[in-house]
Amino acid sequence: MAGCDDVLSYFLRRLILVLPVAFGVSVVCFMLVQIAPGDPLTAIMPVDATAEQQAAMRAAYGLDKPLPVQYLIWIANLLQGEMGRSIASGRPVAGEVFGAVSNSLLLAGAAAVIAFPIGTFLGFLAGYFRDTILDRFITALSITGVSVPNYWLGIVLVIIFSVNLGWLPSMGAGPGGSQDWHWDWAHIRHLVLPAVTLAVVPIGIVARTVRALAGDILSMDFVQALYAKGLSRGDVLRHVARNAAATALSVMGLQLGYLLGGSILIETVFNWPGSGFLLSNAIFQRDLPLLQGTILILAMFFVGMNLIVDVAQAAIDPRIKRT
Amino acid sequence: MSQVETAVPAPTHRGYWSLVMSRLLRDPVAMACLAVLVLLVCSAIFAPWLGLADPYKGSMIARLKPLGTPGYLLGTDEQGRDMLSRLIYGGRLTLFIGLMPVVLAFFIGGALGIVAGYVGGITNTIIMRVVDVFFAFPSVLLAIAISGALGAGVLNSLVSLTIVFIPPVTRVAEAVTSGVRQLDYIDAARASGANALTVIRVHVIGNVLSPVFVYATSLTSVCMILAAGLSFLGIGVRPPEPEWGLMLNTLRSAIYVNPWLAALPGVMIFATSLCLNLLSDGLRSAMNVRD
Repeated sequence: MAGCDDVLSYFLRRLILVLPVAFGVSVVCFMLVQIAPGDPLTAIMPVDATAEQQAAMRAAYGLDKPLPVQYLIWIANLLQGEMGRSIASGRPVAGEVFGAVSNSLLLAGAAAVIAFPIGTFLGFLAGYFRDTILDRFITALSITGVSVPNYWLGIVLVIIFSVNLGWLPSMGAGPGGSQDWHWDWAHIRHLVLPAVTLAVVPIGIVARTVRALAGDILSMDFVQALYAKGLSRGDVLRHVARNAAATALSVMGLQLGYLLGGSILIETVFNWPGSGFLLSNAIFQRDLPLLQGTILILAMFFVGMNLIVDVAQAAIDPRIKRT
Repeated sequence: MSQVETAVPAPTHRGYWSLVMSRLLRDPVAMACLAVLVLLVCSAIFAPWLGLADPYKGSMIARLKPLGTPGYLLGTDEQGRDMLSRLIYGGRLTLFIGLMPVVLAFFIGGALGIVAGYVGGITNTIIMRVVDVFFAFPSVLLAIAISGALGAGVLNSLVSLTIVFIPPVTRVAEAVTSGVRQLDYIDAARASGANALTVIRVHVIGNVLSPVFVYATSLTSVCMILAAGLSFLGIGVRPPEPEWGLMLNTLRSAIYVNPWLAALPGVMIFATSLCLNLLSDGLRSAMNVRD
């Protein structure tokens, strides 16, 4: 029986598999600063600093130690929630990143709320009416959605809805800026364009997945058997939906992770004060601790999302081998 | 009853690839996309001989001219440079950085995957665990992270995008190779004394290449969008080079003056990525042939 214990033990087994990946991700983030050209100190040191001053600074930041030791110090601090200070602003990286990531999550979440139901609906229609005009139309639509450079789409939407029609604002997160989000129209209207823009690619991907799934399951023998048994169309579709749920949910879960990563370009287009905005500032100010911290948090979020998707899939679908 | 065996001419055996080609030729959508792509690539390569205006030469008095201005068919950009010329010249860097990483990833990732899948054991574990780590990053994030750390530049973009696309290619190549390796004829080849290199060269590569190739073509569209996206963010190609993503970025400030002009470079990126996707889909269905 698919009991709770089963799912829990599956979760623990997956967790053990995820730990080495998380370790690897942290190494990659650590190495980001190492592959960056130039000395990380040049950004903060005055040009005329003496050799002793440079050495003192180097020691203060721990840059005089061998790389593995630097990594261990970094990771030890990290586990205590200490991610260093932003070189540009001097503020703790952790605070800046979490503020920005919560704004990104808001945007990614809104895009997911738009994309998943629409994608599922379109994909199901296409799969159910396979090889009809409707199917062709939806398939063409989803290929277009997957192919569109969404940062360009954002600009086009701004041209239409902000410049020409003047209906919606083209940038920012509303009055009060990033710190002060409320669920009222004054704020939500700022969310509409970026969220719609960000939703287009996942709509295409979800629609393609659901179409293939629905088509495959509808052609299985058990569907005929259900009809033969005398079930109504709606009841049969419930069975089909149950069969498709696990895979569809896992695709959507991964897409939520991709949305968070993909929002970087969209946030730049709309000046949305999220992690992408923070990241591009970090890049242009050569603020490497901030860059490192932002990437690490986003990647870890994605790793965690993968884990949740795996476990949720196993919990929904007892056929998934729990080995 | 003696029946004279008439010599039936052996069925002309067409090779797999010629079958794929003939199928692809009958796919109008794929052919149209191929035509557009060939046109884009050729116009980019032969841009200097097309009699276009200098893509770097600006003019203070001819800035942001609308589409259809006499002498400037597609208008001019924010520095008064001819848009048509810059869009065609822009194809050079954009297509190069958009396609080259997938080509490199196809060879590097393919080789890694074949080695991992064929040798197995500890080699497989090492290669595939490293791949898992890079898989943990969404591709946009990884590309921006590496490019952001390395700084702007054509070479840096190539490096970061190649790193992004090696893991998925490796994963597919490894999966296919592991499957092929378990087939009987590989055992037979090994039993007959062929060494690993010979077996891989003669028996494995031929079977692994086509699925990996199809998979790689499906990555080109994403790579194209990402490459232009890096330049759009300012961490790809440096100004004043013509490049579609970079042009989209610098023209953003002009959306209140001449909005549709500002959207033009994006149309090029969109058209290219759409054609790449459709062509890849056509290739996939053409290669699934069993007739």
